Amino acid sequence: MSTPLTSLDRPNSYIGRSVPRPNAKRLLAGRGRYVSDLKLPRMLHAAFLRSPHAHAKIGSINTEPARGVEGVHLVATGEDLAKLCTPWTGTLDHFKGMTSAPQWPLPLDRVVWAGQAVVAVVAESRAIAEDALELIEIDYEDLPVVVDIDSARVAGGPLVNPGSANNTCFRSQLDSGTVDDAFAHAAHVVEEEFTFGRHTAVTLEPRAIVADYDPAAGALIVHHATQTPYQFQDLYSRHYGIPEARVRVIATDIGGSFGMKLHVYHEDMAVVGLSILLGRPVKFVADRMESFVSDIHARDHRVRARMALDAKGEILAMDVLDLTAIGAFSTYPRTSVVEGNQVIRLIGAPYRFRNYRATLEVIFQNKVQTSQYRAVGHPIACAVTERLMDMAASKIGLDPFAIRAQNVIPDDAYPQTSPTGYRFEALSHQACLKRLHEIMDYDGLRAEQADLRKRGIYRGIGIAAFVEITNPSPAFYGVGGARISSQDGAILSLTPSGEVRCMISVTEQGQGTEAIISQIVADQLGVAQEHVKVITGDTEVTPHGGATWACRGAGIGGETALQATRALKRNILEIAALILQEQPSALDIIDGEVVDAATRKPRLPIAEIARIAYFRSDTLPPGTQAQLTVSHHFAPQGYPFAFTNGIQGCVLDVDVETGLVKLLKHFIVEDCGRVINPMLVDEQLRGGIVQGLGAALFEECRYSDTGQLMNGSLADYLVPMPMEMPDIVIAHVETPTADTVLGAKGVGEAGTAAASACVLNAVNDALAPFDATINSMPITPAKVLKALKRL
Amino acid sequence: MKARAFSYFRATTIDQALEAHARARDDARFIAGGQSLVPALSLRLQAPRLLIDITHIEELRGVRREGGTLRIGALTRHCEMLSEPLIAEFAPLLHAAAPFVAHPAIRNRGTFGGSVALADPASEFPAMTLALDAEIEIAGPSGRRRVKADDFFIDLFETALQPGELITAIHVPLFKADQRFAFDELARRRGDYALVGCGIMATCTGDRVDDIRISFFSVGNTPTRVRGAENTLLGARLDAERIAAAQGVLEGDLAPPDSDEVPPAMRLHLARVLLGRLLGRLGEGA
Ligand SMILES: Cc1cc2nc3c(=O)[nH]c(=O)nc-3n(C[C@H](O)[C@H](O)[C@H](O)COP(=O)(O)OP(=O)(O)OC[C@H]3O[C@@H](n4cnc5c(N)ncnc54)[C@H](O)[C@@H]3O)c2cc1C
Repeated sequence: MSTPLTSLDRPNSYIGRSVPRPNAKRLLAGRGRYVSDLKLPRMLHAAFLRSPHAHAKIGSINTEPARGVEGVHLVATGEDLAKLCTPWTGTLDHFKGMTSAPQWPLPLDRVVWAGQAVVAVVAESRAIAEDALELIEIDYEDLPVVVDIDSARVAGGPLVNPGSANNTCFRSQLDSGTVDDAFAHAAHVVEEEFTFGRHTAVTLEPRAIVADYDPAAGALIVHHATQTPYQFQDLYSRHYGIPEARVRVIATDIGGSFGMKLHVYHEDMAVVGLSILLGRPVKFVADRMESFVSDIHARDHRVRARMALDAKGEILAMDVLDLTAIGAFSTYPRTSVVEGNQVIRLIGAPYRFRNYRATLEVIFQNKVQTSQYRAVGHPIACAVTERLMDMAASKIGLDPFAIRAQNVIPDDAYPQTSPTGYRFEALSHQACLKRLHEIMDYDGLRAEQADLRKRGIYRGIGIAAFVEITNPSPAFYGVGGARISSQDGAILSLTPSGEVRCMISVTEQGQGTEAIISQIVADQLGVAQEHVKVITGDTEVTPHGGATWACRGAGIGGETALQATRALKRNILEIAALILQEQPSALDIIDGEVVDAATRKPRLPIAEIARIAYFRSDTLPPGTQAQLTVSHHFAPQGYPFAFTNGIQGCVLDVDVETGLVKLLKHFIVEDCGRVINPMLVDEQLRGGIVQGLGAALFEECRYSDTGQLMNGSLADYLVPMPMEMPDIVIAHVETPTADTVLGAKGVGEAGTAAASACVLNAVNDALAPFDATINSMPITPAKVLKALKRL
Repeated sequence: MKARAFSYFRATTIDQALEAHARARDDARFIAGGQSLVPALSLRLQAPRLLIDITHIEELRGVRREGGTLRIGALTRHCEMLSEPLIAEFAPLLHAAAPFVAHPAIRNRGTFGGSVALADPASEFPAMTLALDAEIEIAGPSGRRRVKADDFFIDLFETALQPGELITAIHVPLFKADQRFAFDELARRRGDYALVGCGIMATCTGDRVDDIRISFFSVGNTPTRVRGAENTLLGARLDAERIAAAQGVLEGDLAPPDSDEVPPAMRLHLARVLLGRLLGRLGEGA
């Protein structure tokens, strides 16, 4: 059997090839080195006493008995740490008018959510620290609690921040075109109010940090399970007044992050202060119960939206109000308003209507903070848009595919600017729609559905198109004053043996960053991938950069690696040319050998060039200084974001007697531009979809009316598990971005963006014969039974 | 969280275990599979001074026939409910329930005795002892005794076990040719504690029900037999009308508690649906 040769059959062609992750075996073999595993000499352990009240004044704190416990080294309160650490405020300048109260590592006079850390104990072991916690007494004076969105908005009601005028954090409005006019003349209007439950990341490895302050050197090392070591280097330096060059943040192996580990947490800031106070390493690992009450949550939106269409089903306008409650503070340094901002800007994104109005209101309440978590805002925007599309389709009598085909921006109509101001370079909705129709066997599914209905089986079929934001430029955070880089840096060396070491600012959380960087370097230089070593996640070693968030690793980090590699290749060929007495342009590198560019005849191994340059520079022409280490920075220019797109489909059964939903199959057609490693891209899509399915059916942080989290354990908070997950069928369309040589966009959030919207549409499709609709996620059996009027 | 410090004692005989418990003046816990106790210790919900490991007591092991019953040692693990041929043959209801108990890792350690002693109202096995008309064999400071499952479960996590008493085995009447059984549960995820679950043992002549025991779990403070529904079915055929009648009286048998996610009316509704499905299956098995 022989298949035609492709560009992938060239030696060292790694871009576009499914090569395994070099670190996968190490992690599977249990050889990972997580912060949780770290044991340093003289290391102590911190534990925190947490507030049982959602809102209360802190009266007297009696720590004396706790201090007396054998093995306890320090008991610290908010006041103790406020002497060392300057407060922080989670606002950004480009979100005009937003407010948030200053935050300290531990509160000074008031607790604002149940689970907030109040007192820290540092002891020889975590168990001893917890023994001591049991002896601390705090007098609390209850304050009125703000729990749900409605009570937070009541004028004259209780305030999260006494002294402020209301509980509003931020308000924003978009208005383009002639919305009122479009609605007035519409043939059809569909309208719905949607609710989206709070949920949280539930990483396999919880948050973990070891702070190690050396008073003699005035230097701080923080081993931190984070996506963004540079951001934290900057923050620890500025808030604790330690020069940046003396703060080192090391992010080793990380057991999942999903955005959750790039925010400032009170405990983490406190641990740095505790280490400074003690002059010893201090470790804190959040346990699962603590994670539920202190990791950021996300979503928690209520969206009222309507869509106007003409008689043929052409969208004329949309009008949206998004209310979102974010907890007691806006998260630092990325804020808690980005999600809402992205919701109102992404609604309607796949479609070509021009009249759009949206209002966003971000509200404080007495719960833990929400902030950026995988697919920030996307699932909400997608569910709102795509459910309205289905409602419109059924009202007008169109098939869900047909109404989308009619309204998507045509593939040949780019560039385009959305009514919300997003600039799209090139998307492929039409190609994706067509491909999804094929891979689902849509017509076959519909026929089967009709048959099953006759037998009392209620099958639902749903589709959802999406647009994803990736490769952000400084327009995302930089312009708002955040010291969060949107560029990346790489340092690349040819080692004396002719191998390559690449130190790069993007980081690895298990998604395969190091794998794709090594693919790009090997491909661009012309060496075997196993001869490329990639080093990430240590601010003392790797150059400053944005690291990993908002799906930027491949697009920005990858381009950085590509450019750096091309620079190194030029330098290597320059030396080779001198040695071989050739023009550099007449030479190339293949499989670690300098070759004649035209004939591919091997001339000299690059190991030999390295040997000569490092050990026998005397044999090179006078004046030659070989530069076998290069550094390169790359910041995205051109489009402020690289938008991607795709469409998902799903098939499920609803048990109309029990309200239980059984997922049968899920489909995605996705366009992330250049695919560097198909296997890793597919893994990202699958993982993302599973998280989206969790949001659709299972995950929700449920609160009592006194602000207590009711289901803060893995027994009660339902994460998606393998038995409930369907097979996922994946197809790709590739529209590379022209902004970079590599052409890659992001892919990490695409799966999550539309999976829940698909399920929402499919459940509603299944319930269609009953005149029952669902407009709230997660879709629980109780909600389904209620919609069916069986409860 | 980390457990408070405790002492540990490994018993190799029942007497050793009972003595150790008495010496600790009952500030002690027996530990079997640890799948419920260890989480409780780690959460500091329990903090006994002494843990008495009973997993090395030979007398608590093994499954064997004893006259008309199957004696299932307290240490029989959940996974053995799936693999032990005697259980598949003579106590098929336990075999059918076992895959629904947690996940393989937990089934590898969790024990039948531990599950019954804990008496979690959401657990499968305690409810199945009711359906099976099992007897719990107990050893304690004042000697040995047997308690009928019907008399064993008293209230939430409260059983006929006195402090310091040990379950040694559970006796289950052997499954007979004229018997039928059915088991199922409704859960949002496989392996979770159920929204509602039910096991049924019925003795039939032809398709007439001579005897039936229907036991629900996840419906209240204890595993619960639904005697009103049972009575409706006695002497009757399992046809649609009779099944509907049994569903109809369920309301009088069950008083599900309020919970933030599953209102009582919903649990009752689900119990009716489940009962209807299981009785339907039993009827088809005729
Ligand atoms: C993630 C998870 C999911 C689970 N899901 C389910 C589920 O779906 N269904 C279900 O039924 N269970 C479930 N369980 C509980 C599991 O089945 C437990 O193993 C079981 O309930 C207790 O058995 P054990 O042997 O582990 O008891 P242990 O944890 O060792 O002990 C539990 C209690 O019983 C006492 N005890 C133990 N043995 C004896 C004895 N012989 N005599 C007297 N007292 C004794 C102990 O002192 C202790 O108080 C789950 C557990 C976990 C961790």
